[in-house]
Amino acid sequence: MNFEKSKYKLDFVKHRKKFFIFSAAFIAAGIVLLSTLGLNLGIDFESGTTVEILAEEEVTAGEIEEEFSEIGYEPDDVVLAGDNNDIARASFIGGLSQEESLEIQSHFEEMYGSTPNVSTITPIVGEELAQNAIISVLIASVGIIIYVTIRFELLYGISAIVALFHDALFILIVFSILQLEINIPFIAAVLTIIGYSINDTIVTFDRIRENMKREETVETFEDISRIVNKSLIQTLARSINTVLTVVFAAGALLVLGGEGLRVFSLALVVGLVAGTYSSLFIAAQLWAVLKSKQMHRRRLRLEKKEEEEIEKA
Amino acid sequence: MASNLMDNVEDVSLGLDLQGGFEVLYEVQPLEEEGDTEINRELLTDTVSALNARIDVLGVSEPNISIEGDDRIRVQLAGVEDQEQARELLSTQARLEFRDVNDELMMDGSDLVEGGARQNFHGETNEPIVSVTVDDGSLFEEITRDISSRPPEERQLVIWLDYEEGDSFEEEIMKEDSKIVSAPRVDEIIPSRDVMISGNFTVESAQDLAGILNAGALPVELEELSLNSVGAQLGEQSMDLAVNAGFVGIALIFAYMLFYYRFMGAIAVLTLSAYIYLVLVIFNWLNAVLTLPGIAALILGVGMAVDANIITFERIKDELRSGKTVMSAFKAGGRRSLSTIMDANITTILAASVLFYFGTSAVQGFAVMLIVSILTSFLTAVFGARLLLGLWVNSRILNKKNRLFGVKESEINEL
Repeated sequence: MNFEKSKYKLDFVKHRKKFFIFSAAFIAAGIVLLSTLGLNLGIDFESGTTVEILAEEEVTAGEIEEEFSEIGYEPDDVVLAGDNNDIARASFIGGLSQEESLEIQSHFEEMYGSTPNVSTITPIVGEELAQNAIISVLIASVGIIIYVTIRFELLYGISAIVALFHDALFILIVFSILQLEINIPFIAAVLTIIGYSINDTIVTFDRIRENMKREETVETFEDISRIVNKSLIQTLARSINTVLTVVFAAGALLVLGGEGLRVFSLALVVGLVAGTYSSLFIAAQLWAVLKSKQMHRRRLRLEKKEEEEIEKA
Repeated sequence: MASNLMDNVEDVSLGLDLQGGFEVLYEVQPLEEEGDTEINRELLTDTVSALNARIDVLGVSEPNISIEGDDRIRVQLAGVEDQEQARELLSTQARLEFRDVNDELMMDGSDLVEGGARQNFHGETNEPIVSVTVDDGSLFEEITRDISSRPPEERQLVIWLDYEEGDSFEEEIMKEDSKIVSAPRVDEIIPSRDVMISGNFTVESAQDLAGILNAGALPVELEELSLNSVGAQLGEQSMDLAVNAGFVGIALIFAYMLFYYRFMGAIAVLTLSAYIYLVLVIFNWLNAVLTLPGIAALILGVGMAVDANIITFERIKDELRSGKTVMSAFKAGGRRSLSTIMDANITTILAASVLFYFGTSAVQGFAVMLIVSILTSFLTAVFGARLLLGLWVNSRILNKKNRLFGVKESEINEL
């Protein structure tokens, strides 16, 4: 892959409005979905207990339910998992007491020779965790804006944060559409994507900044979009190769990593795709628009000043 | 190095999601009868040491007990075989009380000699029993005199573990999992300081009870807020799957790097291997516990390390295409990529630190892993790769061999 400008006329900035509209529409639709359909909050956020049973062979949900009713329990939901449907996950809304869960554990241990996993959580813990996660993302955003403003300038920081929220919302929306379970590893995944998204955007911005310095005069929006296009093409091979290698790793986890990592790795893959899209089609373009507006304002101010000076004289 | 690597892999302590075990988050509440005792730091640390003493009884090698917030204690016990027993032993307050059949308190733990509980055998039946010693010799005599003088149906001394307001002998004795350890008949005065508690003990359960009694009663009541318990087999299964997935993911990355960056890809494969090795060494060194999200962070970290290589290699290719010699392309490419990598890594570390500071245990483990990965990748992918590539470039063997870098002659612009 060699994306020399002479061979390929890739104009990333020209089509910016389409990208903005696409993302805005997706996010608007997503927010509607989030507020109506909502998220499928896992046991980490609702009061309840899940019992994960590793059976020796393939089982059906009915068998497991029957087994539970034999010892006097009625799970609210039984889901099968594992490559051969040999894992059953039963959830109890409202939660089980210590004695109850111990009784279930020992029953299935006798049956299948393997102790079931039990997790019980009260909603306070999950809520606190989600709250903490949101607060930490906000604090991290402020930190990133400050760092980027020192190393670059404010407009880069703002564009990077917009891209970051874009990516985080993207994962939330996809999980809302697919109604996949939100658990603690999911939060870890969203936070990783935020880290990755910022990493990816910064690399592109670095090149834009470098190319800005090389240009002698940057005045019009055309100048800026030329620079942005050039920078994006220069970093394109890197962007694609990097996301490919990370997708290799996250994809291997998704396909082969087993149940425990499924939600986590799916969130990562979705986030990586969104992150690459936003650093190629959203972040730099947004910066270009903001930058040209800023330059326009500065020019107006300068002209005004000059006029005033002429009047004074 | 390979055998050394395996040693390191074996040394990594596995989180309970990988080797089985359980994690409980307790909310600490004041004991009922003391009503309004305040839960303060001191009480929390006392509770932690009481819990530690109990875990000693269980013989768990690497317990992890931490105080969270103002009134919570998190206990993580990896590799516990009998989780049921462990959970019961942890949350029992271990308040031993002797009551009559009308639930009137006769004697409690404070009347016993501290550390005086022992596992023993009954002199006649040879059954395992627990013996405790009463502080004041006349007290037990007094109690047995009182009880033996009552009508026959009331001549029982009920031994309770964790009696709570509202519990009654008649109800509790019918339960299968009763708080009543035993309720021996007392038909005569016993002039002794040694009290034998017989129950349905096995040698082990008698030893446990003696151990818990010696460890002392908990100064507070513990309520399970959340529990995460992983059976050993399920843990092992997830571990195998995650490690396999890791190998496949890393192999794919290596293959892609070799295919795309040719000679530089080989350097990347070498430094990435060093990176994985180093991360594991540092991890052992920190005595960190590897959990599922940790493995995920490790594998993702490989991706981040690769990014540093890709940024540098792309720069070198750019410089080669612009017509520079291999030597000056290497120098210019290295210099120009450094600040980009720095900026990108610092912002990610910033995000990871916030995660560590505000996150809870699972998220924190992930953040530590991410920070370790980024710092290590900086060492290997930036300095390591540069050193190795520099040696080859400076040997001049690579001069004019642009194809080895994945750059075609036709792409090179004349200067």
